[in-house]
Amino acid sequence: MFEAIAFYLFAFLTISMFYITVTTSQALYALTALAAGMIFISAFFFILGADFLGAVQIVVYSGAVMALYAFGMMFFDTTREVKEKQGNKAIIFGLGTISAVLIVLIFAAPLVSGNAEALFPMTPGAGNTQEVGMVLFTKYLVPFEVAAVMLLVAMISGIVLAGKKMDLSLTLMNEDEIREMRREENKKVLS
Amino acid sequence: MEIGLNHYLVLSTILFSIGLVGVMRRKNLLMLFFATEILLNSVNISFAAISHYYGDLTGQMFAFFVIAIAASEVAVGLGLLIVWHKKHNSIDLDTMSMMRG
Repeated sequence: MFEAIAFYLFAFLTISMFYITVTTSQALYALTALAAGMIFISAFFFILGADFLGAVQIVVYSGAVMALYAFGMMFFDTTREVKEKQGNKAIIFGLGTISAVLIVLIFAAPLVSGNAEALFPMTPGAGNTQEVGMVLFTKYLVPFEVAAVMLLVAMISGIVLAGKKMDLSLTLMNEDEIREMRREENKKVLS
Repeated sequence: MEIGLNHYLVLSTILFSIGLVGVMRRKNLLMLFFATEILLNSVNISFAAISHYYGDLTGQMFAFFVIAIAASEVAVGLGLLIVWHKKHNSIDLDTMSMMRG
């Protein structure tokens, strides 16, 4: 009973928040609506018993990703409107719905046929965090490490792309060039 | 009333179609990134639901990796967006139809 109430409440809230994100023309409204929607989605994870996933969802999305977007928005002029091209709305809505239904059908087909079996069944008596740790560090150790390397690459590329003068390399320049560069920088600061 | 797997799959479909509509009609690149976040999250919901109803942890593992991919996508995408905005002073998608730097 309470599960049904919680499900419908959070489903309504999530859908309305994401609808606001998609339709509003203000970037700030879209950002805050998206953050709210992410937190409401974590409620589904708590209902489903995936506690660790819910906590990770809150920490990563509303903590890291939203802060990153907020920093990124400081670089752009968000008050200026980008004109949205109004195409044929019926085609867009129809295509979106059809492709979403198709994707769900593709994923639901093995479930309906009954071929799905639990590869890593949940161990009774262990909490969700414990189970996740046991599976993640045994069966999924290699993907875990690859994901860690991928995050490192993403971090370095973010620094290189957003930083200033990242196309210059101090190790490849000789002393005179470095001195010249310093002098120019000082001139810029003084003037 | 019992909440079954189908409820969660239908919810995930609705959220996914909202995200797809956002991807198709947005011309502001920042909003396009928001829409892709919606897409990834709707898939995460169905992963967690299947993992719960089949008593299997694989769905949750995939959801973790999806979250990691989303985080790195945001980092790289925002970096590229900042570079583009410095160069062209706009983040309109229509200005990017030519693949020239």
